[in-house]
Amino acid sequence: MDQVHDYENLVADIIAKGMQIYEVLYANVLIGKLPKSCFATKGFALSGRISNVKVILNGGQMYLRGHDGYFSFYYVPSGTHLIEVVAMGYFFSPVRVDVSARNPGKVHAALTENKRGLSELVLKPLRNEQYYEVEEPFSIKSLLKSPMGLMLGFMMVVAFFMPKLVENMDPEEMRRAHEEMRGQGAHSMSTLLPGGVRN
Amino acid sequence: MAIRSFFVPFLLLVLWFYSSLSPVLSLYEDQVGLMDWHQQYIGKVKQAVFSTQKTGRRRVIVSTEENVIASLDLRHGEIFWRHLLGSNDVIDGIDIGLGKYVITLSSGGSILRSWNLPDGQMVWESFLQGPKHSKSLLLLPTNLKIEKDNVIVVFSNDRLHAVSCIDGEVLWKKDFETESFETQQVIQPPGSDLIYVVGFAASSQFEMYQINARNGELLKHESAIFSSGFLRELSLVSSETVVALDSTGSILLTISFQNGEISFQQTPISNIVEDSSGPAVIIPSSVPGIFAIKINSVTIFIRVIGKGKLEVVEKLNQETAVSNALPISESQQAFALVQHAGSEIHLVAKLAHDWDANLLKESIKMDQQRGIPHKVFINNYIRTDRSHGFRLLIVMEDHSLLLLQQGAIVWSREDGLASIIDVTASELPVERDGVSVAKVEHNLFEWLKGHMLKLKGTLMLASPEDVAAIQSMRLKSSEKSKMARDHNGFRKLLIVLTRAGKLFALHTGDGHIVWSHLLHKSEACQSPVGLNLYQWQVPHHHALDENPSVLVISRCGPSSDAPGVLSFVDTYTGKELNSLSLDHAVVQVIPLPHTDSTEQRLHLLIDSDKHAHLYPKTSEALGIFKREFSNIYWYSVEDHNSIIKGHALKCKCTGEVADEFCFDARDLWSVVFPSESEKITATVTRKLNEMVHTQAKVMADQDVMYKYISRNLLFVATVAPKGSGEIGSVTPEESWLVAYLIDIVTGRILYRVTHHGAQGPVHAVFSENWVVYHFFNLRAHRYEMSVIEIYDQSRADNKDVWKLVLGKHNLTSRISLFSRPEVITKSQSYFFTHSVKAIAVTSTAKGITSKQLLIGTIGDQVLALDKRFLDPRRSVNPTQAEKEEGIIPLTDSLPIIPQSYVTHALRVEGLRGIITVPAKLESTTLVFAHGVDLFFTQLAPSRTYDSLTEDFSYALLLITIVALVAAIFVTWRLSERKELQDKWR
Repeated sequence: MDQVHDYENLVADIIAKGMQIYEVLYANVLIGKLPKSCFATKGFALSGRISNVKVILNGGQMYLRGHDGYFSFYYVPSGTHLIEVVAMGYFFSPVRVDVSARNPGKVHAALTENKRGLSELVLKPLRNEQYYEVEEPFSIKSLLKSPMGLMLGFMMVVAFFMPKLVENMDPEEMRRAHEEMRGQGAHSMSTLLPGGVRN
Repeated sequence: MAIRSFFVPFLLLVLWFYSSLSPVLSLYEDQVGLMDWHQQYIGKVKQAVFSTQKTGRRRVIVSTEENVIASLDLRHGEIFWRHLLGSNDVIDGIDIGLGKYVITLSSGGSILRSWNLPDGQMVWESFLQGPKHSKSLLLLPTNLKIEKDNVIVVFSNDRLHAVSCIDGEVLWKKDFETESFETQQVIQPPGSDLIYVVGFAASSQFEMYQINARNGELLKHESAIFSSGFLRELSLVSSETVVALDSTGSILLTISFQNGEISFQQTPISNIVEDSSGPAVIIPSSVPGIFAIKINSVTIFIRVIGKGKLEVVEKLNQETAVSNALPISESQQAFALVQHAGSEIHLVAKLAHDWDANLLKESIKMDQQRGIPHKVFINNYIRTDRSHGFRLLIVMEDHSLLLLQQGAIVWSREDGLASIIDVTASELPVERDGVSVAKVEHNLFEWLKGHMLKLKGTLMLASPEDVAAIQSMRLKSSEKSKMARDHNGFRKLLIVLTRAGKLFALHTGDGHIVWSHLLHKSEACQSPVGLNLYQWQVPHHHALDENPSVLVISRCGPSSDAPGVLSFVDTYTGKELNSLSLDHAVVQVIPLPHTDSTEQRLHLLIDSDKHAHLYPKTSEALGIFKREFSNIYWYSVEDHNSIIKGHALKCKCTGEVADEFCFDARDLWSVVFPSESEKITATVTRKLNEMVHTQAKVMADQDVMYKYISRNLLFVATVAPKGSGEIGSVTPEESWLVAYLIDIVTGRILYRVTHHGAQGPVHAVFSENWVVYHFFNLRAHRYEMSVIEIYDQSRADNKDVWKLVLGKHNLTSRISLFSRPEVITKSQSYFFTHSVKAIAVTSTAKGITSKQLLIGTIGDQVLALDKRFLDPRRSVNPTQAEKEEGIIPLTDSLPIIPQSYVTHALRVEGLRGIITVPAKLESTTLVFAHGVDLFFTQLAPSRTYDSLTEDFSYALLLITIVALVAAIFVTWRLSERKELQDKWR
């Protein structure tokens, strides 16, 4: 925290000095912040490597985020610019930055993804990015859903519940069905199987 | 009922297959490394600084020509951390301050940064400015302190700065008034409070400023004129003496400025070196008392003794690299020499003041494919017996980095792979008996055991050790890196050409280097610059005994009209089969769609005088070529004056030498863009080897559209000249982008569209009948991607089935491009979040599989985006029929699904290109992305519909079958018993 404070003082110092010597420069330094708190550690494997965060101005000029979280670009001409932030595991919206020509030092920033304006140039990720499918925990349900599971399940149903179902049927009807079957040339379970033909 | 019992599972099976066809293609975390590999490089090392910190692990900090600063492990050569700086932020110098900060000076001396040595986090950054651009020098005096603050002395932009090492604050700065003063050296004599700034003003004036290091106060300014002028290079021999050469390169000048008085000593080189001929150049070095000059290819070391007296100590005929001086004790400084001698390199370390004694003299066998040593850096360590040991870090001609210690190569890094220029793929040898180099296959038991383990994994019963075993088993599958062709065509060789002029063959299985070959240097061409790679010979039908080979086109020297060199390299062995030094330049290479009887592809090389040269130079090739003579067209783009020209062949060359393989070209057409409003920024054509499965596209309403598929379409994007700068440099009103589709045979513009308020850079990809391009929309201030699809209308009335049946269609009729094509185009635009570095499209063997765009984003990731998202027929409310066809409702921006990054959680640092190669299996395509890093993976844009996936559980299948059989027997028994009981009843 101390370092952040020091840096802020330093930045103010530089700007103050810059004002005296180069009035134009003042407007042309773009200072922003990527607060550390936004890189919330959510058990995400990449959060340990947040030093590799890049801030890119207009698709070319690059700035690597320092440990204090500030970034700055020098000699930024007045006009409209685009700032992109690259951080593995996080999705940042590009930021549209208007550097005013009339009021030196006046900067207007807005997120291009959702057109929300920013009161200060503090960039925060819109969301975390998960690059891998989440491994679903093993469950009987998923096993049953697989074609093998379904086949097995069906076999179970046929093997154990069918007889029950048959038992519950009206004996009269049963006999009739049996007769019918025999009459058609016998399609009982056993006849379909090897060695099952025994007539 | 029985029949139903067999049908239902099948029905369910089918349903299950359908349900698994979700559009998202993604990876589970434990699948990383199964089909992909990632290699990290840094590029050719420019400067290396050894960390002298006693505690912690030994490190070396390097800066490279790829603009990387990295911290490497001295023991193994691994990267601890690295940063790739922007292309406009070139590193000028690096050093280590206070033993724990890495100080870098970059951007032409404008940006000074400090990085934390252990983890590479940036500590501070200072912006240094000055009146004008100049040489930038970084100096970290060891003992200079201002108010307990260590000082960094930086000379940049014609101003001298003293910067605090702790927080980067500028302590003082000093301008030099002398006009045209060019600083060459900044010297800080150790133990004093003085800084000397020496350099030249005009061409013949030597200037010296003496400055108080504490406050920047100018103490003395002296200048002296030497009438015959200087060569702009200085060698520092002591803190108050420098050596320069006169403008003819024949007189050595020892300039001393002791006590602020400048004195010259002239020594003609011929006086001290016999038989010296030709001008000399100074090799920059900083060894006290000794400097080196180079005359022709001879390196001469000269010692300065006393008052400007010079003495030659050694002449070396071989290629030599010299290190900087390394202080090893209070009064001693050591340096190293590396000499190249055939298959060996000789290492010598000497003390600066004692040339004759060698601290170290070793010879190390060196792979000839590494070329000559370019740079050497020396570091010492204290052995257990308190003597000094030395380790040398050397950079070779092929950009590789090696650490040598005790007569052996401790580690080496192939950093040439960080700068790939061109890539092509080659097949591996067919597996034959005795040819295969694969290990013995696992026996059945092992195989079953492996699958049982996998099953355990799926059932979540595996212990952590089992999980580790499963993972390593999957990664180390011996199948993957076998040196033979596989049935699916996943195993191939990637032949890559690097900027150093070296060819590498990388195995697609695990990315290991199969062979490497440094391009042959001939008498005629000392430094060939590699340009392109082409497949020269791809034997598959009647020349199967031949090995495939690639054609490497290089240029002899940096200018574009320098003569070309052709090299033919066998892709199985890496041997150079043949090398041709051409007498003409190579501006353009056209691989023709014809091969001769040995399957050598015909290539047409266009030189700078618009002559076309046919290769191979055989009569058979000439015969084939003559038959196709009138069917060969090509185009050329003249960027600077915005003209695209179409060419065809005219006749044999009418030169003085009769060359029957040389042809004159004629201009057919030219498209001239108004140079005040349009500037060409991108041109794209279809890939030559792209396969298109069908020309017809069936619409939802049973209508058929015919794709306009022509190999002769060119996509051109032009932008307003004002808008060719970076974003933010223009207003939307003065910037526009025009996209054209041009037929390159006739020069006819088939389509033209203007995007107002748009700006480059434009990245585009052309495939089948569509183009996708990416640009910046200044009005919305977002990036945009547009798609253009082109359809053939002349075939549109072939919809009647009866016509097709009766053969009354015109589908087989010949198409001439000279007839006016009836085409219709459709286009649509979408917003896209990121900047783009490269765009490619997946390619498959037959072109049946749907396509995905591979977008290299600014974050150095590769995003796979289904082509269906870029379909001009998308609408906000698609009809039911359209939905069934797979048309996605229109949204204003393209979705970025994190799971569809093919690089998953990796970065291809400094991404430059994406290459796709079809596998033999139709569903699969191989993707290779290169930049500073390399990344390879397999992709199945519509899932692997034609094969089982890697993680298919055979064990589960076996168990199911066993269980089914068991169940069958149980039920059979039961039914038998039941029947028996029935009969008894």
